[in-house]
Amino acid sequence: MFGKLTLSAIPFNVPIVMGAVAFMVLGAIAVLALITYLGKWKWLWTEWLTSVDHKKIGVMYLILATIMLLRGFADAVMMRSQQALAYGSNVGYLPPEHFDQVFSAHGTIMIFFMAMPFIIGLMNCILPLQIGARDVAFPMLNNLSFWLTAAGAVLVNVSLAIGNFSRTGWLAYPPLSELHYSPGVGVDYYIWALQISGIGTTLSGVNFITTILKMRAPGMTLMRMPVFTWASLCANILIVAAFPVLTVTLALLTMDRYLGMHFFTNSLGGDPMMYLNLIWIWGHPEVYILMLPLFGVYSEIVPTFSGKPLFGYASMVYATMAIALLSMLVWLHHFFTMGSGADVNAFFGITTMIIAVPTGVKIFNWIFTMYRGRVRFETPMLWTIGFLITFTIGGMSGVLLAEPPADFVLHNSLFLVAHFHNVIIGGVVFGVFAALAYWFPKIFGFRLNERIGRWAFWCWFIGFYVAFMPLYALGLMGATRRMDHYDVAAWHPLFIVAAIGSGIIFCGIILQLVQLVVSIRDRELTRDVTGDVWNGRTLEWSLPSPVPAYNFARIPVVRSLDAFWDMKQRGVNLKSATFVPIHMPRNSGTGIIMAGFAFLVAFAMVWHIWWLAVAGLAGVLVTLIRHAFNDDRDYHLGADEVRRIEGLHGRVQARSM
Amino acid sequence: MNVANEAVAVHGPHGGHGTHGAGHGATHKQYVIGFLLALVMTAVPFALVMSHAVAGTPLVIAGFAVAQIVVHVVYFLHVNGSPEQRWNLTALLYTAVVVCIIIGGSLWIMHHLDVNMMPGMMHGRVH
Amino acid sequence: MSNGPVLVQGGSLALKPGYADHAADALRDLRQRGDAVDFAVEHHHDVASTIQLGFWIYLMSDCLLFAGLFATYAVVQGHTAGGPAGSQLFDLPSVLIETMFLLFSSFTCGLATLAMNANRARATVGWFAVTFLLGLGFISMEVREFAHMVAIGAGPARSSFLSGFFTLVATHGLHVTCGLIFMAVMMVAVLRKGLTEQNRARLNCLSLFWHFLDIIWVGVFSLVYLFGVMH
Repeated sequence: MFGKLTLSAIPFNVPIVMGAVAFMVLGAIAVLALITYLGKWKWLWTEWLTSVDHKKIGVMYLILATIMLLRGFADAVMMRSQQALAYGSNVGYLPPEHFDQVFSAHGTIMIFFMAMPFIIGLMNCILPLQIGARDVAFPMLNNLSFWLTAAGAVLVNVSLAIGNFSRTGWLAYPPLSELHYSPGVGVDYYIWALQISGIGTTLSGVNFITTILKMRAPGMTLMRMPVFTWASLCANILIVAAFPVLTVTLALLTMDRYLGMHFFTNSLGGDPMMYLNLIWIWGHPEVYILMLPLFGVYSEIVPTFSGKPLFGYASMVYATMAIALLSMLVWLHHFFTMGSGADVNAFFGITTMIIAVPTGVKIFNWIFTMYRGRVRFETPMLWTIGFLITFTIGGMSGVLLAEPPADFVLHNSLFLVAHFHNVIIGGVVFGVFAALAYWFPKIFGFRLNERIGRWAFWCWFIGFYVAFMPLYALGLMGATRRMDHYDVAAWHPLFIVAAIGSGIIFCGIILQLVQLVVSIRDRELTRDVTGDVWNGRTLEWSLPSPVPAYNFARIPVVRSLDAFWDMKQRGVNLKSATFVPIHMPRNSGTGIIMAGFAFLVAFAMVWHIWWLAVAGLAGVLVTLIRHAFNDDRDYHLGADEVRRIEGLHGRVQARSM
Repeated sequence: MNVANEAVAVHGPHGGHGTHGAGHGATHKQYVIGFLLALVMTAVPFALVMSHAVAGTPLVIAGFAVAQIVVHVVYFLHVNGSPEQRWNLTALLYTAVVVCIIIGGSLWIMHHLDVNMMPGMMHGRVH
Repeated sequence: MSNGPVLVQGGSLALKPGYADHAADALRDLRQRGDAVDFAVEHHHDVASTIQLGFWIYLMSDCLLFAGLFATYAVVQGHTAGGPAGSQLFDLPSVLIETMFLLFSSFTCGLATLAMNANRARATVGWFAVTFLLGLGFISMEVREFAHMVAIGAGPARSSFLSGFFTLVATHGLHVTCGLIFMAVMMVAVLRKGLTEQNRARLNCLSLFWHFLDIIWVGVFSLVYLFGVMH
C-alpha cells in the first residue's frame, strides 16, 4: 500500500535531525496558525498563490530563495563546525553518513533552490518592466514554473523528516549513486526534486525568451535593451539549451535505479564516466546561467551610481554573448583527471582560459564606467565593488585550475572548493544582495535600511575572506573536500579560522534579517513616492513603486538606450490624460494544482508507491486538459479603474493641456 | 476600448493573425513535394542497407538522414528566411550547433577515454 | 509645457503588431509627420505568433533532450556485454513500415493544416483523425517490437546497448503518445467550439510537434536501425 514507506523512515533516534524537523514543523504550524487567525487564507490564495502577475511570482521566488538560503547556510555552519572540531582523537558531532547528507544537501540546495530561485525571481520582478511590457508572454506558465520549483524545494526538505537525503554529493556521481551502493531513498529524493524543479526552470526559460523577443515596447530594438535584459536573454537561452540535458541525465540514472538498466553501472557495459560527461554538459552552462544575469545587475548598478552611461554597452553585449557560447564548450574542465588524454584536455583547457577574456572586458567596462563618475557608495554599490574585487580573485584561481597539469594536483581539493565559493559568493550571492538593495524599493515601495545594510555587507565581505582564504591554503597543503575527519595537525588552525569566518558571515545574515524587520517597521519614513529612488536610467524607474498590476498605464515609446534617462533629459511628462482599458490575464489555480500533483508523483516514486504515482500523473493530465477547455482566462481593466489607480500615484494629468 | 483594439476584434478568427502559424503560406504543392522527397530519402537508405549494397556506408546513410531532415524542416515546418520567421530560424540554427557540440563532443571525449583507459577493451566490453 | 508630448488618440496611427523593429519604422514615419510621441497607441498583442514562437523554443529544448539521448546511445551502442547486438535484433522491413506510418501521418497532418487554413473545420478534424490512426499504428508496432525483444531476453536490463536503445526509442514513442493525447483533445475542442483563434494557434503547435517527431524519427531509424544492422 505504501511501498517502502514505514514509520521507521522517520529518524526518531537522531537528535540533530529531529531537532531540525521539530523546528521546521513548529515553524510551519505557527505560520499556518497565524494565517488562520488573521483570516487570510482566501486572500493568500486569490492574491498570491494563484497569481499570474510576474511581480508577485517574482516575490514568491525571492521568499523561497531566502528560506532555502537559511537552510543551506545552516548546513554550511554544520560542516565548518564539524571540521573545526573533528581533528585527531575528536570525531566531532556529525557521524559520517550524516555529514555526507549535509554536504550533499548544502550544494543541492544552494544551487537549485537558493541561487536559481533568486535569479529567476529577479528576472520576474524586473525584466518585463525594463522592456516596457505588461506581463510575461505566458503568465499561467510562469505560475506553474514557480510551483514546480517550490515542489522540488519542499521535497528536499521532506527528506529531512521522512527517510534521508542523498549522500553522494551535489551531482550524485555514479557508481556511488547507483542502487548497488546507495540502496536507500536519498538519491531518489535528489533525482525527483531536481527533475520537477528542472522542468519548471526550462519552462521559465522558454517563457522569458519569448517575452524578450516578442513583447518589447515600440522602439526598443535589441541594441537598446538594458544590459540586465540582455544578460537574462543569454542566461535563458542557456537554460533552454542545458536543462534538457540535465533532465536526460537524471532520467538515465532513474532508469538504472528503477528498471535495472545499465547506463552508468559497473557491469554489463555501463559507463559511469558518461554520467560525468552528460551532467557537466549541463553543469558548466549552469554556472553561467547563475552568473550572467548578475553581470547584468552590476551593469545596471554601476552606471546608476556613477551618474554616467555604461562604458562600452556594445562590447558588454558581445562579451555576454561570447560567454554564453563559450560556456557550452568547456565542460570537460570539471573532469580533466578522468583520463581523456592530453589533446582533449588541452582543447578544453584553452577554451576555459579564453572565457576569461570576455569576462575581463566586462570588469574593465565597469571600472571605466566608474572612472571620473560621481560614485555614490550606497549599499548596492558596496556589494558591486565587493564583487569586483572578490570575483577577480576567484576568476584568477579559476584560470589556474584551467591548466590541466595544475588541475591534476588540485582536483577535488579544498582549493577547488575555495575557488567556486569565491566566484559564486563573490559573484552570484553578492550580486543577488546588490540587486535586492537596488530594486527593493521598486518591488515593495520602500527602501531598505541603509546603515544596517552596510554592516551586513562588511560582515559578509570580511567573513567571506576569513572563511575561504584558509581553504585555498588547505587545498595546497593536500586537504581534500568532503572530509568529516582528519589527522594532520597543520590543518587544524586553518579549519578553525574558516569556522570563525562562517561565524562572521552568520552575523551578516542575522543583520540582513534585522535590516528587513527594521525596514518594514520604518516603511512610512522611507516610502518611495517618486518611483525613481536612485536617479535610474531604465524603464522600471519610470513607474510608480510598487508597480501597479498592469505595469504601464500607457506603453512607452523607446527612443534610445537608457530609455528613462533619455525621457528625463527631454523632460517627458510621465502623467497621462487619457487612459485605455487594459487586457489582463485572470489568476489561475492550475499551476499550483498541477505542481501539487507533480509533488505527489515525485514522493510516490521515491517510496515506490506506484498507485499514488499513477494517480498523481492522471491528476496532472486532467488538470492540464481542464485548463485547456477553460475560456475564462482574461478580462479588461476599465479605463476609469486605470485612471483611479494612476491617480493614487499622482500620475493623472488634467485633460486640457 | 480603443479603436485599435476593436479593429483587431472585428477581424475575428478569419483575420490576419490566425494564419501566422505552421501553415502560414503553406500550399498543397509544398506538402506533396516534401512528402515525395521524404519518401525517396527514406527508401534509398533502407534499400541500400537491406540489399547489403557496398554503397551503404555510414557516411551515405548519414548524408540521406541530414538531407531528409532539411526537407522536413523546409517543406513541413516551413522554416524560411522571411522576417517573421527570423527568430525561428535563429533558434533552429543555434540548436543545431548545440546538438553538434553535445553529440560530437561526447563521442570525442568518450572515445579518447576508452583509448586511454581501457586499451584492448574497445569492442564488446564484457565485464 | 510647450514642448510636451502630444498623446496620440485612437487607432489612426496604430503601430504594427509584432517586432519592436517594425514599431521603430512606424515611429520614424510619425516623426516625419512632425508628431512627438512618448506613448504608443495600444495595439492588440499578436497572441498567435507569440504562442507559436514560445512553442518553437520549447521544441528546441526538446530537440536538445533528444540530443542527450542520441549522444548516450552513440556512446553505448557497442557495449553489448555479450548480449545480442542490433544486427541480430532489428527487423528492417517492419521498421520501414513503422517509418511509413509516421511519414504518411506527417503528410495527413499537413493536409489537416491546409484544411484549417481554408476554414473547413470538419475536414480538419477528419484529417487529424487519419493522422491519429496512423500514429496509433506506429505506436502499436513499436510496442509489439519491444514486447518481442523482452520476450526473447533482450530487455533493457540485458546490456548498456539495450538500455540505450529502449530509452531512446521509447522516449520518442512517449512523445508520439503525448502527441496523440494532444490530438484527441484538439479534435474534441474543434468539434465543440469550431476553428476559433485559440484552437488555430494550438493546432498550429500540434502540427509543429507532429512534424518535429517525424524529424526525430529520421534520426532514430538512421542511427539506430540502419547503422545497427550494418555493424
